[in-house]
Amino acid sequence: MNAADTVDAAAGRGAAADAAADHAAGQWESVIGLEVHVQLKTRSKIFAPSATDYGAPPNTQACGLSIGLPGLLPVMNMEAAKLAVRFGLAVGAQINRRSVFARKHYFYPDLPKGYQISQYEEPIVGAGALEIDTAAGPKTIRITRAHLEEDAGKSLHEDFHGQTGIDLNRAGTPLLEIVSEADLRSAAEAAAYLRKIHALVRYLDISDGNMQEGSFRCDANVSVRRVGDTALGTRTELKNINSFRFVEKAIDYEVRRHIEVRESGDAIVQETRLYDADRDQTRPMRSKEEAHDYRYFPDPDLPAMLLDDDFIDAVRAALPELPDARRRRFESDFGLPADDAAQLTAERAMADYFESVAGADGVDAKTAANWILGDFAAALNRDGVGVEQSPLPPAQMARLLQRLADQTISGKIAKEVFAAAWQGEGGVDAIIDARGLRQVTDHAAIASVVARVVDDHPQQVAQYRAGRHKVLGFLVGKVMQATAGKANPSSVNQILREKLGGAD
Amino acid sequence: MNFTDSAAATDDAAPMHRQSIAAHARALRRRDYSSVELTRHFLARIAAAEDLNAFITVTEDRALAQAEAADRRLAAGDENSDADAAPLLGIPLAHKDLFCTAGVLTSCGSKILSNFIAPYDATVVDKLNRGGAVTVGKTNLDEFAMGSSNETSCAGAVRNPWDKTRVPGGSSGGSAAAVAARLAPVATGTDTGGSIRQPAALCGLTGIKPSYGRVSRRGMVAFASSLDQAGVLATNAADAAIVLRAMAGFDAADSTSLQLDVPDYPALLASARAESGKPLAGKTIGLPREFFGADVAPDVADCIDAALAQLRALGASTVEVELPNSAAGIPCYYVLAPAEASSNLARFDGVRYGHRAADAADIDDLYARSRGEGFGAEVKRRIMVGTFVLSSGYYDAYYLKAQKLRRLIADDFRRAFEVCDLLAGPTTPATAFELGEKTRDPVAMYLNDIFTNAVNLAGLPALSIPAGFDRANLPVGLQLIGDYLDEATPLIAAHCYQQATDWHRQTPAEYA
Amino acid sequence: MPITREQIARIAHLARLATAPAETTEDAEAAEAEEYAAQLSRILELVEQMNRIDTNGVAPLSHPQQLAEAALRLRADEVTETDRRADYQRIAPAAEDGLYLVPRVIE
Repeated sequence: MNAADTVDAAAGRGAAADAAADHAAGQWESVIGLEVHVQLKTRSKIFAPSATDYGAPPNTQACGLSIGLPGLLPVMNMEAAKLAVRFGLAVGAQINRRSVFARKHYFYPDLPKGYQISQYEEPIVGAGALEIDTAAGPKTIRITRAHLEEDAGKSLHEDFHGQTGIDLNRAGTPLLEIVSEADLRSAAEAAAYLRKIHALVRYLDISDGNMQEGSFRCDANVSVRRVGDTALGTRTELKNINSFRFVEKAIDYEVRRHIEVRESGDAIVQETRLYDADRDQTRPMRSKEEAHDYRYFPDPDLPAMLLDDDFIDAVRAALPELPDARRRRFESDFGLPADDAAQLTAERAMADYFESVAGADGVDAKTAANWILGDFAAALNRDGVGVEQSPLPPAQMARLLQRLADQTISGKIAKEVFAAAWQGEGGVDAIIDARGLRQVTDHAAIASVVARVVDDHPQQVAQYRAGRHKVLGFLVGKVMQATAGKANPSSVNQILREKLGGAD
Repeated sequence: MNFTDSAAATDDAAPMHRQSIAAHARALRRRDYSSVELTRHFLARIAAAEDLNAFITVTEDRALAQAEAADRRLAAGDENSDADAAPLLGIPLAHKDLFCTAGVLTSCGSKILSNFIAPYDATVVDKLNRGGAVTVGKTNLDEFAMGSSNETSCAGAVRNPWDKTRVPGGSSGGSAAAVAARLAPVATGTDTGGSIRQPAALCGLTGIKPSYGRVSRRGMVAFASSLDQAGVLATNAADAAIVLRAMAGFDAADSTSLQLDVPDYPALLASARAESGKPLAGKTIGLPREFFGADVAPDVADCIDAALAQLRALGASTVEVELPNSAAGIPCYYVLAPAEASSNLARFDGVRYGHRAADAADIDDLYARSRGEGFGAEVKRRIMVGTFVLSSGYYDAYYLKAQKLRRLIADDFRRAFEVCDLLAGPTTPATAFELGEKTRDPVAMYLNDIFTNAVNLAGLPALSIPAGFDRANLPVGLQLIGDYLDEATPLIAAHCYQQATDWHRQTPAEYA
Repeated sequence: MPITREQIARIAHLARLATAPAETTEDAEAAEAEEYAAQLSRILELVEQMNRIDTNGVAPLSHPQQLAEAALRLRADEVTETDRRADYQRIAPAAEDGLYLVPRVIE
């Protein structure tokens, strides 16, 4: 199923103008559709009773059905249907009450039955849409359909003395193939769309979205045409682009190649190509040279899947708040700037983390956002861990911000406490106590330190009084130094100003 | 359950191999003989009848072990060995070699599976094993059940016990020959377009194909998934009812298996024995006009007419019905069955099991030669026809057209059953033909299925029962077709007919 | 419709079927293809009798259970078959280190 086959030429709705700016040449626009393959997060396979865990020893999760033993029959996994419906509801798509599994035939050693069970004419999810952010503002990308199918196994080409090894552990893992209309007009838009889908499937908890492990993969259909043309150019299909970085580079390369070929007066050959990241170029896939004839027909082992309203309503009721809605709520309920809200809701775990921190008593939402997008995000990034693996649970982050708000510690000390807590030194309060970091707010105690500093630095005092008020910072620093940073900085400022002004 | 089987082949004077299942069940419980003795008796008959080529594998050791286990269960005499609960305990039977049997060669009559030791039991096999049945072996068949003469098997042709120069029918030809020669009391079969009923007719047996979905297809190597259905070849309807009941039932591992209770067929047969002598009173038998045309051999037509007269004498009334699209049955079937077969047989590629060609140059060479060497000519023809009718540019004209005809054919049956309880007619247009007679002409072979394959297209239950002999002393089969899910009505009709006739007791002289 | 030898070659390739034994000569191969072409043409002639019946407006029926509007049964998401690799690879033509082996495949 190729998006470019089904899209009608007028697809782009005002996209031509955007696209013109995207290409240096100015007179070509690219027309791109993506097919995203998302491995669904189920325990067992879509039609077979074996496990879907990643990384098991070869063929230990390849049950009889997964290796295509004669006589064994597929039985549909309800969870896979639920996850597909969850996605469909999230993109406002039509959920088809009746969908049909079909067999798609081709010979390849990692396809054990000689056919893949997929959905063809009647997919589970019909037309929907997704909004992406582009340089020119938000843009709606139409989703043609999303259908359920089984994954193939893996072919390993190394280390078998010129032979290929076949591991069928992955064979039969449920996939949702999400097909977009050819609404994307640049590699950047394609990448934005792909990121959006990725965030969404993780948000919905229908996939772990792990690109390294192959649970999130993408094919792109690329063509170019002269701006103003309505007919589509000949397309090529780029297979298995497995990182966000490469999707943009691969499409960029392919678009440039199309334009070069067309400008030199040649025709684009409709073919399947593979992106070679090392060389940053695409090349035709040898195994796909011959035209395929997949000979689809309804799988006679599987009656039509009929979903009733109860089924769909139950999935809808369990649907989490979607990223866009959550972003709007973060703006309105927490008063966050749009950028903060967008960043915090890009990932469900991050948004959940923020909500539980910001929801704690005495925590200011904006401060929480600053800390989470600042020190917290930096630490995650530095250690290469996800929000779920963070050593600092949200309750401790909230405690830190409470201690900041009630002036137990200063902002500077808070950074120290954060670092210590991240290193696993203990709870926030325990660290403050153990390290003796409790802030000094006692007026008399600060005043006595201030008096000593004023006495010790007559020259700076004189300069201040002569109107060089910048020197105040130096004196504040001396007070903080003398209190090991524990004095409340605003109290220090206030007392110091009174003292210097008072002596005037 | 009532074991007073007046219709079965029992008189106590008859030899052991001509007794009914119910008679064996009684004898085993009376300790007249043990299951081991019974099993040895049939194993000896199998060995003596090798020239029929009915078996691909004889599982002698396993059979004796199963028989010993059955004897222990019988000796325990607990509720597990009760004849009602375990009517097949200790009874020998044979499986068509299309059913997977754990640890035993499951060849499907094909070179491509000539080394395939199945790693699991088919649900049918499992159910019968649990019931205490003793498997004496795996019977010959047309390769992957594709054929009507049992001549496409890589294990060689099977001979008809009634005339060893003739075919036993197919594709369950080995099962039919084995039961007809009394090498086993009963055998499983599969029926995609007539593969139980046609050999039953040609070998003088009672063969039933239940409604699609009644018996699990798990472990039955698929030929055409929307048409395949397992069933039984037996010498009489009462035996068939017992075995069908034991093998039928819901299987969660087959998405097309019906989630319905299995009727107690033996009890229904027992209760149908009316004292009045008119047990079929109130039943209307529809006679499809299209099944009584000029293409039926005169001897066959005469036997069918006589059988219908007998059914009327038992109280049934007959009415002519029409199946106006039945002429499309063969063309429709020979599009859909090969289409599904081409898909189902794609898995036999020499990679994970089965025959692999030596010294393949590359993967495509490995595929083409493993499959080229492994499949016989008829299977290749069907794969090619199936590949063609599904291919781009031809799908609508062939596959889709056939699906539409399938609807019309099913609708014809539905309308017919509005005016009758079951349908009757000849199972085949002629009796057994000679070995080699039709092997060069696939189309002539296909026409054997003219009265049987529309039934599979509609998923209906049907059986064939012996209804006399032609002038060459070859058996003639009467087909009885039931409405969807109604195996009971044709089974009851067959049972009543067999109480009044003795065609089903006839045995080929050499095997009496 | 009559099937040509070229069509036979295309179909046989799609179905990955060598129609003649490997050691046969080109002539024998051609004769083999010719015979398949003739037989398939005959079979298609038989099935084209379908065209005698008008099916305009008839809904296709791909499965008998469609008549009863049977719905696909959905199973619980449970793992019930665990590792049986040793059993399955015992019957494999070529396996090593747990992998099925085939001649090198080029992508």
